[in-house]
Amino acid sequence: MAGDLVNLLADLKEQEALKVVKDRLGKEEDALKILDDARAGMEIVGKRFASSQYFIPDLVYSGEILKAVTELVKPKLTKAAGTKKLGKVVFGTVAGDIHDIGKDIVVFMLDVNGFEVFDLGVDVPAQKFVDKIKETGAPVVGLSGFLTLAFDSMKETIAAIKSAGLRDKVKVMIGGGQMSEEVKKYTGADAYGKDAMAGVSLAQKWISAG
Amino acid sequence: MAKEWAEMSSEEKQEALFARWMAPKDPEGKDLKFQSPATKKAFEDRITRIKDAIQMKKLPDRVPYFVAPSFFPVYYAGITPYDAMYDYEKCSMAFKKFVLDFAPDGNLGAYVPGPGKFFETLDYKLYSWPGHGVAKEQSYQANEGEYMKADEYDALIEDPSNYFTHSYLPRVFGKLDGFQMLPALTGILEMYGVAGNFIPFGLPPVQATYNALFEAGAEALKWAGAMGGCHAEINAAGFPIIAAGFTKAPFDVVGDTLRGTRGVMVDMYRQPDKLLEAMDRLVPIMIKMGVGTAMMAGHPIIFMPLHKGADGFLSDEQFKKFYWPTFRKVMIGLIAEGVVPMPAAEGHWTTRMEVMSDLPKGKTLWMIDQSDIAKTKKTLGKVGCLFGNVPSDLLVVGTPQQVKDYVKKLIDTCAPGGGYIVSNGAFFDQAKAENVHAMVDAAKEYGSKVYK
Repeated sequence: MAGDLVNLLADLKEQEALKVVKDRLGKEEDALKILDDARAGMEIVGKRFASSQYFIPDLVYSGEILKAVTELVKPKLTKAAGTKKLGKVVFGTVAGDIHDIGKDIVVFMLDVNGFEVFDLGVDVPAQKFVDKIKETGAPVVGLSGFLTLAFDSMKETIAAIKSAGLRDKVKVMIGGGQMSEEVKKYTGADAYGKDAMAGVSLAQKWISAG
Repeated sequence: MAKEWAEMSSEEKQEALFARWMAPKDPEGKDLKFQSPATKKAFEDRITRIKDAIQMKKLPDRVPYFVAPSFFPVYYAGITPYDAMYDYEKCSMAFKKFVLDFAPDGNLGAYVPGPGKFFETLDYKLYSWPGHGVAKEQSYQANEGEYMKADEYDALIEDPSNYFTHSYLPRVFGKLDGFQMLPALTGILEMYGVAGNFIPFGLPPVQATYNALFEAGAEALKWAGAMGGCHAEINAAGFPIIAAGFTKAPFDVVGDTLRGTRGVMVDMYRQPDKLLEAMDRLVPIMIKMGVGTAMMAGHPIIFMPLHKGADGFLSDEQFKKFYWPTFRKVMIGLIAEGVVPMPAAEGHWTTRMEVMSDLPKGKTLWMIDQSDIAKTKKTLGKVGCLFGNVPSDLLVVGTPQQVKDYVKKLIDTCAPGGGYIVSNGAFFDQAKAENVHAMVDAAKEYGSKVYK
């Protein structure tokens, strides 16, 4: 039964997955357990994306299915779900840039790989990154950007992190449309990730080293 | 006497459009007066060079080069994107300076900025632009959303124009909300009852919408006049503008501005048949849009910005099922009327190249960004002319020597056999001027040796 929901979600069978959720809720099953299964299904989705079996539409659709599952389960939740997280990551698209697709994919992949992600959204001013790093103590920061103007925003954000005295406490990765090793050097970031999985690997490496 | 258009083959139509491009008109519709016989010759030589590269029948005299920026000319001239959108004189000055300083075989004209006041007058919501959602120093950016709802496919399929008027346009232009009250114009038929259809035009919200439209139309006309003058000057100095206008792949029509990226992706699972039907419905509309502009402008090339078919955005199967068939139909429809589609494959499209090679030879012009260029040359490059692949990041943070080395390698890889034009790969805003010069200089230096 539990395996059903995990696999149905992993295989993107929306109607069947929702039916199983409704059946299980009808049998007064623990809502948290249902959510755990859904999460396990999402982990498989993440793995399939990492191995190029799934593509962006599959991630987006799995997110939609999860949303529908969560809406069904929510009224029955008595206590907040608290899974143990690997570590904290502050993430956002830098100032002046409002592109979110790439950022959302990396945030999704970090999330299903067990990280606690603080997603600041798009067009995020440098100070907001600094404030969030201070507030959360996150050791990893992800800067996303699609436009060439993001090169300068990234550079300024990293400079702001430095002048706040936080540069030694965090590792910074950049990624997005026109990013490269050259841009990494220009902005002063620690690493550049060419895709979402590279972002996950960097976070894993940095957090296990820290 | 020349053959009637309908009698011509697609080859003859393409030749006729190239001939019209080579004999441009001024904004009054008279034959354009070039600055000198030398600039007239330079203009014709450049078009011949581009035409030879596109048709792939014979080698051009040298490898042509484009510089195809977004807002770069604006920054280069020391003004802001805000200035360029609100002061048409400054905009014209910037793009003229850019063309004269870099002297490309092909440029994109000064259409990129667009008229700021026009967008303001209609309360355009689809984009944030300088001074209106983004800083005055930055280029405009799209605000994605589900401007078409998931349950509106039937309305779109049934009557696309009516759907745009009643639903889509009022959502993307705040000031067009009066359109929601308009009748379906196809109900206007005979004496009996006909006046009833016109009642909405008497209502204050509809009249307010029309007043905004008159004001916006006047502004658009003012802008078009300024740009027409600017382009005539660019042409008169010997520099052809690459594209007459644009059309789109149906998947991008739905996925960019109607349903948005998330919407269209979810629709592939939840209502694939509706999505496919809607895209089929859009094919003749997109063909007509491209052909109409090309015929009006007297110019063979129509730009097609490609977005949601890039590597990773769809699986191979999804690309073959949802993206390629209607995209190809639009291109074939354009080609049949002598038009040269110019798809811009920004980002990575390497995995799509073999599928996209299913096209007649010598009929298309492709902007290639970060796709594997050697592989692209061996697949798509066998049938279509390629331009681009000089990376944006190199133009921003690289050195002139790195740019030159890159261009030399590109020419070695792509120029043999013809069908290649040196260019940047993505429409760029920022760049070091010396790097753009390095791209142009390298194209001139190596590009004239390779065909000797």
